[in-house]
Amino acid sequence: MSIVTVQLGQCGNQIGHEVFSALCSDIRGTHGLCSKKEDDSYHDSCQERFFCEEESGVPVARAVLVDMEPKVISQTLSLAARSGHWKYSSHSHFCQKQGSGNNWANGYSVHGPRHKEAIMNLVQKEAEKCDRLGGFFTIMSMAGGTGSGLGAFVSQCLRDAFPNSFILNHVIWPYGTGEVIVQNYNSVLTLSHLYQSSDALLVHENDVIHKICAQLMKIKQISFRDVNQVIAHQLGSVFQPTHSAGGGSGYSRNPLGDLMEALVPHPEFKVLGLRNIPQMPESCLPYSTFSWPGLIKHLRQMLIATAQMEEGIDWQVRPPPPGSSSPSTNKPLHFNTSIANLVILRGKDVHSVDLGTFQDPSLYTSWLNPQDAFNAWRTPRAFNKYEKSACLVSSSQFLLKPLDSIVGKAWNMFASKAYLHQYSKFGIQEEDFLDCFTTLEQVISSYTNL
Amino acid sequence: AVSLPFAVGQCGNQVGCRFWDLALREHAAVNKKGIYDEALSSFFRNVDTRSGDNGPDIYKGKICSLKARALLIDMEEGVVNEILQGPLRDVFDSKQLITDVSGSGNNWAVGHKVYGCQYRESIVEKLRKTAEHCDCLQCFFIIHSMGGGTGSGLGTFVLNLLEEEFPEVYRFVTSVYPSGEDDVITSPYNSVLAMKELNEHADCVLPIENESLFEIVNKIHQMVNSGKLGSTVKQNSLVTSSAGSAKTLQEKPFDAMNNIIANLLLNLTSSARFEGSLNMDLNEISMNLVPFPRLHYLVSSLTPLYTLADVNIPSRRLDQMFSDAFSRDHQLIQADPKHSLYLACALLVRGNVQLSDLRRNIERLKPSLHFVSWNQEGWKTGLCSVPPVGHSHSLLALANNTCVKPTFIELKDRFMKLYKKKAHLHHYLQIDGMEQSCFLEAISSLSDLIEEYNELDATKGGPRIDPSRLKIAV
Repeated sequence: MSIVTVQLGQCGNQIGHEVFSALCSDIRGTHGLCSKKEDDSYHDSCQERFFCEEESGVPVARAVLVDMEPKVISQTLSLAARSGHWKYSSHSHFCQKQGSGNNWANGYSVHGPRHKEAIMNLVQKEAEKCDRLGGFFTIMSMAGGTGSGLGAFVSQCLRDAFPNSFILNHVIWPYGTGEVIVQNYNSVLTLSHLYQSSDALLVHENDVIHKICAQLMKIKQISFRDVNQVIAHQLGSVFQPTHSAGGGSGYSRNPLGDLMEALVPHPEFKVLGLRNIPQMPESCLPYSTFSWPGLIKHLRQMLIATAQMEEGIDWQVRPPPPGSSSPSTNKPLHFNTSIANLVILRGKDVHSVDLGTFQDPSLYTSWLNPQDAFNAWRTPRAFNKYEKSACLVSSSQFLLKPLDSIVGKAWNMFASKAYLHQYSKFGIQEEDFLDCFTTLEQVISSYTNL
Repeated sequence: AVSLPFAVGQCGNQVGCRFWDLALREHAAVNKKGIYDEALSSFFRNVDTRSGDNGPDIYKGKICSLKARALLIDMEEGVVNEILQGPLRDVFDSKQLITDVSGSGNNWAVGHKVYGCQYRESIVEKLRKTAEHCDCLQCFFIIHSMGGGTGSGLGTFVLNLLEEEFPEVYRFVTSVYPSGEDDVITSPYNSVLAMKELNEHADCVLPIENESLFEIVNKIHQMVNSGKLGSTVKQNSLVTSSAGSAKTLQEKPFDAMNNIIANLLLNLTSSARFEGSLNMDLNEISMNLVPFPRLHYLVSSLTPLYTLADVNIPSRRLDQMFSDAFSRDHQLIQADPKHSLYLACALLVRGNVQLSDLRRNIERLKPSLHFVSWNQEGWKTGLCSVPPVGHSHSLLALANNTCVKPTFIELKDRFMKLYKKKAHLHHYLQIDGMEQSCFLEAISSLSDLIEEYNELDATKGGPRIDPSRLKIAV
């Protein structure tokens, strides 16, 4: 099944490009560490999922590029073409000249309706190229105007036009200290709207990735390109083919569907966090060895202690003792309660890995059977030169604190009425803001009371 | 997206002239192949002049003849004529000029009411023609001074006109404010009358004071002549220099100061023209830096003022650049933002500066700056890959800060000094359409603005405690 990616705004397009680059470079690599048959199967599955064949033989990404100003798309298209290994179709992008001015209302209420037809035509064309459409993957930041506002609008249009398809929104949360002054407003507006149309929101926080770049990847002068490459690696480790839990011999044919089934049992809980282990500079890989028990132990503690990466984990945090019939007030502080978790293992000896510790019922709320709350996907084919790698996609309280912080700051600004005239100019009034705040306070409350 | 500058009056046109010159220099340094590209198109049309001046626009391919997208307006011919006879003569054509002969006599009323009325139709017609050539008009720039008659009066008339004719296009104004020792006696009247228009019709104003420009010029002069051992300053990197531009004739006294303003405009628009990892368009500047409609006065600072010839720039110098942006010496008005209240701040970095450098410096400088309570983390940032000519990197800081208040208070005081004695009033009141009420409304508008800044300074923008969040029934 194929996934159509929609890249929205500067961030969405910059990241999208890194994602396709990472996927392509992974399947072209010779580091698979598995049988040729396995490797070929992996290669074909990835190709079908993300690329289209053209006569020239160069794989064409199944993607639609959208931006309200031309520079980024122009750069993205040429960077891809220059690689020689893959490219974007020359007819799959839409851009304007004006930009959205970091104004969510401009993106949502003005650009959205104005350009809906043109954008959806491109999406339709891309969808028709797929033998079987597995769903949509949108990439956007929520701080700016296009990715956030137009992105929310397009997401809604996707839902209306493809009511039976899965929609996964990849959302970038900005640095806490300003990239954009009105970022918290834009974030509140985006998240509340996406909650209506999306099946799940897969989140990356710039602050977290920045730390990974600094402390794990040891990059001295970090650029957005570095950040985007780490994000692309993490996304690749989710989306590259795996054998699903059912254990059939082939690679999973419905990755988005499987993801939703594993992680979104209830529509009130759509926010997914992502952790990947190990992460290190490529130059160090040949000299490092990993043990699965070590990796799994770290990953589990990262989950329950809400650690951002595998360094600096708080090992004091423990799940509540069993038999404490979990009214949530008795849960120890800082413990991250999960609704559902998915662990994806890639590389050597994956089938022998014991994941029992992830099935511990004390990690989860009481609604689901522990067997249903935890899923594992495996493939012996190594990813991106990591001999062993593990990825955790988690529906839990991972993002509760950052979400609460964003809503708090936005509310503080809203109380002073600052910048509201900029939004009302384009049709978003105070009442609209209040609705969005209400939606998110509800979400925060739901997650808090797990 | 196109930014359309209007140079109005003597000062406006002198600055404008420097601006076009340096813009050409900047694009020439980047655009080696002579292809007419997206970046060039924001300021220049590409015209096929083989069939004369009325040739068609060429949208792609090699550069044929570049014409500036601009309107040059002056009620005296001196400055505009000089431009048309100088090295920039081919960059403009007669359809972009509106001139008269007698000037405005340093009288806002003459500029605004008399010439405004007289030239309204002509201005609208030429404006529409110029706008037609732009496939996407994002922003107007008015470049003028506040103290005289044409730039001040006719300039603000044009501002009004732009709002009427193109209400959706952003209006940025670069205004040179008169100093206390200005030799135009009526400059306080002209400035306050113009301020009312800026309050009501501009989206963003970048006030500039000659004293600040003068001090920067002196500072550079000292540096160049100090001959510190082993350091030579790259001539074309001076923020005051015209080196390498078309204008190689002898520099005039205000050229150095005007170059600073020209560089401000180039830096302001750089991220809209050139690519980068985090673009910052002009509409984003307005969006992020103007929390309330009338508080749209932004203090600007440029660094570095020059580059030394040694190419290896250790990151300590990079950090110094950020510190300088917040020092008194680099502001383009006589103000000290560090000791007043920030409503919002934007940093536009050009050249070889990474995201982590930007973030590190924000963290470093934050503790020493006072931000309003509802915008404690109010930073807007942009990263443009292309540095200015002669530099490996540069920084433009724009601050919405209550430090503009003293400038406005002084202006009000100078106005009141004259007005109480009714000095020179008759020159204004004898103009058709001018009445005492115009003066009263203008001073009232200025007083209200000062009051808004006072409010902010007093309360630091809000209640001490965070307002309580919405409660959800569980």
